[in-house]
Formats: sequence, structure tokens, C-alpha cells
Amino acid sequence: MIYLELFATFFRVGLFTFGGGYAMLPLIQREVLAHGWLTQAEIIDFIAVGESTPGPFAVNLSTYVGMVTAGLSGALCATAGVVLPSFLVILLVARFYDRFRRSRLVEGAMTGLRPAVIGLIAAALLSLGREVFLREQALMTPAFAVRAGILLLVAALAFRKVHPILLIALSAGIGIAAGFLFGL
Amino acid sequence: MHVCLELFAVFAKIGAFTFGGGYAMIPLIQREAAARRHWIREEDMLDILAIAESTPGPIAINAATFIGRKVAGVRGAVCATVGVVLPSFVIISAISLALQAFQHLRAVRYAFWGIRAGVLALILRALWSLFTKCHKDAFSCAVMALALAAVAFFRVSAILVIAAAALAGIVYSRLRRREEGTR
Repeated sequence: MIYLELFATFFRVGLFTFGGGYAMLPLIQREVLAHGWLTQAEIIDFIAVGESTPGPFAVNLSTYVGMVTAGLSGALCATAGVVLPSFLVILLVARFYDRFRRSRLVEGAMTGLRPAVIGLIAAALLSLGREVFLREQALMTPAFAVRAGILLLVAALAFRKVHPILLIALSAGIGIAAGFLFGL
Repeated sequence: MHVCLELFAVFAKIGAFTFGGGYAMIPLIQREAAARRHWIREEDMLDILAIAESTPGPIAINAATFIGRKVAGVRGAVCATVGVVLPSFVIISAISLALQAFQHLRAVRYAFWGIRAGVLALILRALWSLFTKCHKDAFSCAVMALALAAVAFFRVSAILVIAAAALAGIVYSRLRRREEGTR
């Protein structure tokens, strides 16, 4: 049953994501690819959509995956799944607010979780990079050069704190121009 | 206005007007919930952030649930959480239909072809800022490298890595405390 599967999958994703945002990427990537719900390229496309629409990234992504796999009811199940673990855990934690805040166990777990999330995001980035630069076109072709140029330009601007939405628009513009000029 | 309705409205506004997720919402939450409505104190904001970071799930959801509960119990938590989720849900549902309708256009295909390269740079930027903020000692560098290698080269599940890292962190902090105690 697809609805139950969407709910259970995103419940798992919500339960094991710490730190929000891209921390969710490695989990979503694995689950979504394993189920065949989206391809690597579609995941990357959706990251761009998530960055240029308001709201929490996790909610955007789960709504989208639910919607394309099983329509509005699917979106509802996936979103409820990703939200519910946070909701329940916070209700529980809020009750023991002070104890939780000063817990050595929680603090200890966080010393392991913080660096692990960084390693996980790096792994996700590597596999997405492999897709974009090695699978979608041959090495050292004009298309490869244009994309490498986009990557470097956007990275340089992102480090100068240009807004992500502008950078996505810029990448789209270069993509369209290159597409029509060179017929990629 | 009934307080539950107000929680819903405030968090719907926050959900509808922040781009880039969790951290981008913090200043808005601070203004709406602390400065304007006194649902929480300014200094509570730091605690909420710390709790949101050390519990699973999106930070925005955690913060909404926490503040909603504090203001009006479980019912308040439901209203605030539904509020923060609803705008995304509606917008993304609409966008997914639009994308499906337009994805065959050449211009759209080319646009995403370019975007895919740009998005990698955005993730890289986010990764770098997490990396510079993270405390770097031998332990955390080892965890970072192991997590990366486990997932990228040995296809270990991310859930397993998360669980193992939490456990390793608990053991490591305990050992370090014991060491400091004996010295």
C-alpha cells in the first residue's frame, strides 16, 4: 500500500534527521532512490525548487515526493510522516525541559551527531556530483565545461552571500542560454 | 482572537514567508513569538534552538510545536505545527502539478540542466558553513571521515551511521569526563 509506505518512509526520515535542512538529504536520497520514487536528477531538481519556495525544506520535499508518487493523498501521508516524529518528540521533551537541556546523555550524543551529519551531507554531495558531472554527459565536452563554469561561478557568489534564489535563477539562465546556443 | 487560531495564523505566516528553511525562520519566530506577543521570553529562543537541534526533525517544526505547547498545550502545539506546514504543503502541491505540466518544454529542461550544477554549489556552501561552525578535535574529525566513508564507499545506511555516531558521542564524552575526573 503506497500511502502507508510513504508515511512509514518519511516517518523514518523525520525520526533520524538531526539539524534540519540538508541533514535530511542523505536519508531521503537513499529511501527515495531505493523505492524508485525519484531519480538522482529529479532529487537535485527538487532541491532547487525547495530552495526557491518558502517553508521548511523537509516539508517541501516530502510533499513533493508524495504528490508525484500518489497525488494529494500521497502528499498528505508523506508530510504527516515527516512531521509526526518531531511533533511527538517535542511534546515529550517539553515536559522534561530542564532535565533534557542539562542531560549529559543528550550532550554526549550531540558531540557525535554534529560531525556525523557533516560527513553524511558530504557523502550525499559526492553522489549527486557524480550524477551531474560524470553520468549526465561525457567528461571534457562543451556541456561539461559549461556546467563546471556554473558550479564555480555559483560557488564563488554563494560564498559572497548572494541569495540562493538569485543563484538558482542565474544557473537556470545560463542553462537556457547554453541549451539554445549549443543545442545540448 | 482565540489563542489557538492566533498560533495557527502566526505560524502560517512564518511558514509562508521564510525561504531556506529552519535557521532562516529563527529571526521571524523571535519577532512574532517573543517581541510582539510575549509567548516566550527572548532568552528562551536560545533554549528552543538548542532543543530543536538536538531532537530529530526539521527545526521549524520543532520550534512551532514547542512554542504552541507552551502557549496553549497540546491543542496549541497542533495549531502551530499545522500552521507552519500548511503554506509549504499548498505551494508545493501546486508547483508539482505545474512542473509535471511544463517539464517537456525545452526551456524548462535546459533551465534544470543548468540548475543542477548550481545546486551542487549551494549544498557545498551549506556544508562549508556547518563545517566551520563545528568544533574540530580528533574525535569529531574521525566521526566526520568515518560517516562520509561509510555512506559514500561502503553503502552503509545513514540511519545506522546516525545511531552509531550518537552512541560513539555518548561513550566518548563519558570517557573524557572520567579522564578529567582522575586528573
